[in-house]
Amino acid sequence: MVKKSSFFPVFIAIFLLFLVGAFAPESFMNHFTVFVLSCFIGYMVIWNVTASLHTPLMSVTNAISSVIIVGAIIAGLAGNSENIFNTSSIFGFLAISLAAINIFGGFLVTQRMLAMYKKKKKDK
Amino acid sequence: MLSANLSAIFYLISGVLFILALRGLSSPETSRQGNFFGILGMIIAVTVTFLSIGNFSTGFVVVLIFLLIGGLIGAFIAYKIPMTAMPELVAGFHSLVGLAAVFVAIAAFLNPEAFNLGSPGNIKLGSLIEMSIGAAVGAITFSGSIIAFLKLQGIMSGSPITFKGQHPLNALILISIIVITYFLCSTQSANLFWILLAISFLIGFLLIIPIGGADMPVVISMLNSYSGWAAAGIGFTLENTALIITGALVGSSGAILSYIMCKGMNRSFFNVILGGFGATEQSSSSQNKEQRPVKSGNADDAAFLMKNASSVIIVPGYGMAVAQAQHALREMVDTLKKNDIKVSYAIHPVAGRMPGHMNVLLAEANVPYDEVFELEEINNDFANADVAFVIGANDVTNPVAKTDPQSPIYGMPVLDVEKCKSVLFVKRSLSPGYAGIDNDLFYKENTLMLFADAKKMTEDITKNL
Repeated sequence: MVKKSSFFPVFIAIFLLFLVGAFAPESFMNHFTVFVLSCFIGYMVIWNVTASLHTPLMSVTNAISSVIIVGAIIAGLAGNSENIFNTSSIFGFLAISLAAINIFGGFLVTQRMLAMYKKKKKDK
Repeated sequence: MLSANLSAIFYLISGVLFILALRGLSSPETSRQGNFFGILGMIIAVTVTFLSIGNFSTGFVVVLIFLLIGGLIGAFIAYKIPMTAMPELVAGFHSLVGLAAVFVAIAAFLNPEAFNLGSPGNIKLGSLIEMSIGAAVGAITFSGSIIAFLKLQGIMSGSPITFKGQHPLNALILISIIVITYFLCSTQSANLFWILLAISFLIGFLLIIPIGGADMPVVISMLNSYSGWAAAGIGFTLENTALIITGALVGSSGAILSYIMCKGMNRSFFNVILGGFGATEQSSSSQNKEQRPVKSGNADDAAFLMKNASSVIIVPGYGMAVAQAQHALREMVDTLKKNDIKVSYAIHPVAGRMPGHMNVLLAEANVPYDEVFELEEINNDFANADVAFVIGANDVTNPVAKTDPQSPIYGMPVLDVEKCKSVLFVKRSLSPGYAGIDNDLFYKENTLMLFADAKKMTEDITKNL
């Protein structure tokens, strides 16, 4: 039953990959390779996460997905020297703050949670 | 200024550190180290970005100020937030990732030169597609998470909101997103870009309002996944390895969690997404309610039963979080243990409002994690246990899921609580749970209902032990 139902998605996936390969520009392919392999790494790694740590997993993935701050910093620093506050860089600055809330908040709250997970004391 | 090759290597390193961060979460012992890897990866990514731009003038100071403002707010929230509010917090954080992705996409659209994507009105086709996808997914993540946040916070009713023509409308909007993206790419029109963002916000909102409170674990996991895909979309635009790796990791992480949550409820993903669960079934099952006899007791009876037991299994649920009863519960368990009674905790995959919610609350109350078990690990033990203490859980214990093919929760894996010699069920009233189904367990011969607030009842039992 499993084999039958997994055949169809695999076929679709191969077809989609074919479309990407046929039409996407060359520079895209390198990044796409990284992306697809990372999806598989994510798949392998996440299945190993114990169920009791699923909440910290969510808060930490939250924090790391805020690495989008990299794009925000580029946008924020792109203004010319006379006027550092053009529309584009203002969006950059705002995005920096939003991402920073997530980075600090995410990592710290994860830290706080993980510090609470304790094993049974043996001397009892 | 850092060369392109060197910064690429450092971004790769930070991507690898993020993988190690998630890897660390495979056990509580390594998890703290994992979190440290994550922080290190983030520091590297941010530092490398500054160095590769090499602009340390006024703009740099302004960036640092905004970074600091966000950082302080984030740190403040992280220290203040009570553990019971984790689902709201995570939903809120998702919305910020989504909005940040939207803002970065807007910035890149307005000033493509800064990102080497071409010039305004003449952005490289590939980049424009990636940017549109990132922006659209980010916008959906943002508005969807806001709704999830409002529902979890109780500002908005947790019951599903449905209306006629909902699904055709959603389908229409999704199709128009694709069509607009197509025209946006061929015309490079800024107006189309704004329209794309607006309808993406709208669809995020529409997708989440029909989903009920009990399905929040799936919604949160799904939004987690979206925030990852949004980050990956932006990563493609910026050609940044760290962002692509992270986006893929977070995207697949959220997808897997959604899958686990759906399996915990024996429902297909689409069934949850299409929503409306809990609104329709109530009428059919409510007729035969109220007539059947129920045994109810007080703290004294409960204490008596537990004192004479040799093993007790505790089944916590969302009600425990609402009543903030985890500390009182731990004290009760401590007293039981002093009387040489074996105590363990049984946690259903979808107990609470987000994956792993109960585990965090128990950890907060200093319950050692090796006393806490998952459904498959502990389900056979109920038959040998003397007392099951159900506190704040409901649907996940309902034996109807095993016996009645007509029931909407039929087939959902449930905890075999009824196999215990006696069941203590702490609940405020006989009202059905979120699924809107009457729980057969209430009327079983060996069930004693304890009608009270979970925290107060637990404290009273402790006094009587």
